[in-house]
Amino acid sequence: MSITEAPAGKSVGHSLRRKEDPRLITGRASYIDDIALPGMLYMAVVRSTEAHANVVSIDTSSALGRPGIKAVYTGADMSDLLAPLPMAWAPPGVEIKTPERWPLARGHVAHVGEAVAMVIGDDRYGVVDAAEHVAVEYEPLAVVVDVEQALEDEILVHESLGTNKAHEWTMGGGGDIEQALADSEVVVERRIVNHRTAGAAIEPRGVIAEYRAGGLTVWSSTQVPHLVRLFFAVQMGISEDKVRVIAPEVGGGFGGKLQIMAEETLCAWASKQLGRPVKWIETRSENMAVSHHGRDQVDYVRMGATRDGRITAFHANIIQDLGAYFGLLTPMIPELGAFVMTGCYKIPVVRTDITGVLTNKFFTDAIRGAGRPEMTHMLEVMIDQLAEELEMDAIELRRKNFIPAADFPYETPYGITYDSGNYEAALDRALEIVDLDAFRAEQASLRSQGILRGIGFSTYTEICGLAPSRAVGPSGFGLGIGLYESAIVRVHPTGSVTVYTGASPHGQGHETGFAQIVADRFGVDPAVVEVVHGDTAQGPMGLGTYGSRSLSIGGVACAHAAEKIAQKCREIVAHNLEANPEDIELRNGKFSLKGDPDQGMTLGEVAGCAYIDATNMPEGMELGLEQTLIYDPSNFVFPFGTHVCVVDVDAETGKVRVVRWVAVDDCGPAVNPMLIDGQVHGGVTHGIGQALYEQVVYDERGQLITGTFLDYALPTAEEIPSFETDRTETKSPSNSLGVKGIGEAGTIAATPAVVNAVIDALRHEGISYIDMPLTPMRVWQALEEARGRGDGPRATEQGVSLPPQGEGSAGSGPTRPEGGAA
Amino acid sequence: MIPGEFDYVVAGSVDEAIGLLAEGGADAKLLAGGHSLLPLMKLRFAHPSLLVDIGRISELRGVDTGDDSFRIGAATRHADLQVRDDMGLIATAAKQIADQQVRNRGTIGGSLANGDSAADLPGVLLALEGSVTVRSRDGERVIEAQDMFQGYLSTAVMPGEVITEVRIPALTGYGYGYEKFNRRSEDWAMVGVSALVKASGGVCEDVRIGLTHMASTPLRASAAEDALRGKPLDAENIAAAAQLAAEGTSPLGDLNASPEYKRHLAQVLTKRALTTASAA
Ligand SMILES: Cc1cc2nc3c(=O)[nH]c(=O)nc-3n(C[C@H](O)[C@H](O)[C@H](O)COP(=O)(O)OP(=O)(O)OC[C@H]3O[C@@H](n4cnc5c(N)ncnc54)[C@H](O)[C@@H]3O)c2cc1C
Repeated sequence: MSITEAPAGKSVGHSLRRKEDPRLITGRASYIDDIALPGMLYMAVVRSTEAHANVVSIDTSSALGRPGIKAVYTGADMSDLLAPLPMAWAPPGVEIKTPERWPLARGHVAHVGEAVAMVIGDDRYGVVDAAEHVAVEYEPLAVVVDVEQALEDEILVHESLGTNKAHEWTMGGGGDIEQALADSEVVVERRIVNHRTAGAAIEPRGVIAEYRAGGLTVWSSTQVPHLVRLFFAVQMGISEDKVRVIAPEVGGGFGGKLQIMAEETLCAWASKQLGRPVKWIETRSENMAVSHHGRDQVDYVRMGATRDGRITAFHANIIQDLGAYFGLLTPMIPELGAFVMTGCYKIPVVRTDITGVLTNKFFTDAIRGAGRPEMTHMLEVMIDQLAEELEMDAIELRRKNFIPAADFPYETPYGITYDSGNYEAALDRALEIVDLDAFRAEQASLRSQGILRGIGFSTYTEICGLAPSRAVGPSGFGLGIGLYESAIVRVHPTGSVTVYTGASPHGQGHETGFAQIVADRFGVDPAVVEVVHGDTAQGPMGLGTYGSRSLSIGGVACAHAAEKIAQKCREIVAHNLEANPEDIELRNGKFSLKGDPDQGMTLGEVAGCAYIDATNMPEGMELGLEQTLIYDPSNFVFPFGTHVCVVDVDAETGKVRVVRWVAVDDCGPAVNPMLIDGQVHGGVTHGIGQALYEQVVYDERGQLITGTFLDYALPTAEEIPSFETDRTETKSPSNSLGVKGIGEAGTIAATPAVVNAVIDALRHEGISYIDMPLTPMRVWQALEEARGRGDGPRATEQGVSLPPQGEGSAGSGPTRPEGGAA
Repeated sequence: MIPGEFDYVVAGSVDEAIGLLAEGGADAKLLAGGHSLLPLMKLRFAHPSLLVDIGRISELRGVDTGDDSFRIGAATRHADLQVRDDMGLIATAAKQIADQQVRNRGTIGGSLANGDSAADLPGVLLALEGSVTVRSRDGERVIEAQDMFQGYLSTAVMPGEVITEVRIPALTGYGYGYEKFNRRSEDWAMVGVSALVKASGGVCEDVRIGLTHMASTPLRASAAEDALRGKPLDAENIAAAAQLAAEGTSPLGDLNASPEYKRHLAQVLTKRALTTASAA
């Protein structure tokens, strides 16, 4: 990837260096833990050591007596809250049984780590010490951790709900699925486990709240500052004008900070009681236990086809582990996947059945891709499974069923309109890079040396750019609020520009990409366009960053606002040159006269008219160059592409290593190709992580086993290949820039490519499917089974039984932080 | 990840450290690289009242190269060993400890005193038949490798004793191999095998095999050693000996490896380590 300099007014399309990097790289950025306020107190949370229990009593006296402790509060103290923590999905016509979730437990705990008390004091270490002195007496209750066992309702997570089945959601299209499957010449059926993962942002969550003179200011490491403000108004009854929420530098989110955090309320409420600012910084152990998890489905999947490889029907019966409570979007996540159930293919009859189930684990919610990786995994793995059944090449099978480029916009059996696509082109490009014939020859020769090499494909499309308001809002899909995005573009008197966006980046590079978009509309250098975000006091209502929505909604909002100002600029210039506004065009950094480019004005000169010497303004025109705009698109966007994974499997140990990755993505015209590459690199790494390394595991007592990065195996640079990325560019008709999202695409594409590659390496050994994560032991177990020894891979599901604490070795044994705030 | 309260003092010499340790009582602990102790404190699994930092005592850092042995100061870092290719097996193993950041801090004395059977150096010391010198108010004594590791995270080093030195024989004429198996390159060993082979005329004159993480202490694979000693060093004999690598072991399972998988790994890794050691 080369960094390029761009001519004035033509920065879009160039890999400009990230404007945010100098401060990040030189340690000048201000994260939440860098902020200290005068008189600030610290909070530690006492967390349940039990996975399921009644709280009999809480004795806070010993903790209160410790030095520097100002207060200890329990759920009973917080009865003045006006609302429990929110779950923001109410699909019309669907009943959802929602357990009430309060920031501190009210007599009952349903997962390890549930907050039962908070300790406030003037020393960061002292509050953690004191938290260990809060004596909580539990009456343990039976625990259920396995999602299918929970469905039997023998052990209830919440007695009051009467069942663990929280909701059922069904969508069908194109006809009767049973009939279509019965009519299919071939049906392939699989049970696919998509295991629980963590977002694991390198900066854990953190909050500072200051309640002062009737107003509340909250700093939070969040992806959604405006939603946090909205919620505070509802929950604490403070009007929005008196609530300010600031997202400072945010060190990664991955969906984990698309949340209304219990700890935000705890800090704010405590600050109101004590009249001093209160800070909480999450520890890594807390982050693993109580920052929401993702995935965690058991999927029963059936795919029907004709003998010659036309897919006729596809059915997914999804059992979603929701955990013990709901976060902001918990039960909605699998449904988001349903909208791309047919992926890149023309599948006439489809049906999705989703059952949401409560268990004694922490809740699942949006983690990068949110529902779409799970669905894409099922679909792309099943394509390979079907290809094997049909004895057909998996690429040929894909091509045979692709929606042809000529068919766009294309309406799926679910009534979703794919905006644009050219799946063949992306696949062709990937194959050009890969050279499949050479690969197959190499594969054969390596196999004779005991190295099992395999190749796996994933041709994906996904739905993102979360908006339009009408489609997703209360009367549509049922979100508690419509999704759109806001922008303010403000040209200053000397011609530099400040842009405020309602999107709230946490690593993506909005400050660079959005600056390029705006700069080009004024013919200025992106260096003089400052992008501001993440402060509810500075800009209009905004919806934040998630669902790969920032560019195609927030970026387009900036573009439209800038275009309105540019039009005003043309009118001012036309007035000064005594020309028609239609005859003014941007050229070489100037609004200049068509045909006579020497005659023109720079943005600075125009701003001079608008702000400094009003005599040069057209009669009756408002002064200033500023525009506020809220953009709501007409449709979603559907990026797509082909990812290719090459793995080596050690035949003796089962260890898998990714040796090559080719990614051809299409997210429309590139604003900044380097930013796209960055998202693809991170996204694919996230997917490789799930496929091979990462898994959140609870034992049969509901204790979290993967409580640290020792056990929760994030891949490191050493495990990840050097990515080969390329792009095709197919414009989206959904927005004027033609752009689509790319933040989640890599994650969505990646896991099936890995699984398909491993199976390709092992098929000749008689192995046709293994559930993720493809750890060395599980692959070895599959090999043993295929060789007639052993029972095959152990279940990845929750509830494994392990030696009691202390018996494993510190090096690789389980660490079990038994609650507490350590 | 916030430790409990503790006091901290920097020792300027070994004698000072011994004195501070004795005065500090039962809950005083030495701090070397801190890369085993501090994580345990942050998880609140360890609660020392006093840390005596020996990481800056220069007499404890460095390697004395003798004719047929090496004397390694206890506070010598993994990073110091990883560049000493002349030291053979121990340098090869040191290179595979965690990542460079950890190797820059972690010390051999800390690793051996910690006695984690998943750590790399304890099994290596056992295979090398080295020794550990400790000093306390009562004087100095030498602990042979075979007596050092006594149980889960427990060693023969007594409270009040400071490891000052680790001695390993040069073992000139031995080939060596270290095979570490883990999920990610920075992880601890799921299983590790160190092998030392002395050949004469293609026949195995002596062989030593150390097993990492096959029990609560490091072990010697004596059945495999016995099977190979005196035999021609060909692929068949190596494979046959390796089949016995897990003989008599009953490793504990964990999230990533069942006992049977670990036994299998011990066999595969022993074969590979012996092959490397024999090729030298
Ligand atoms: C992320 C990570 C990954 C790691 N991976 C590996 C790995 O793959 N392989 C591996 O072998 N190790 C690994 N380690 C451990 C690392 O090698 C440690 O540094 C080492 O085990 C302990 O050495 P230390 O100097 O850090 O000891 P410390 O943590 O300072 O001390 C450990 C214990 O030894 C005692 N002690 C220290 N020095 C002496 C002495 N001279 N005399 C008596 N007692 C003493 C201390 O009191 C303490 O009880 C890893 C550590 C981390 C943090």
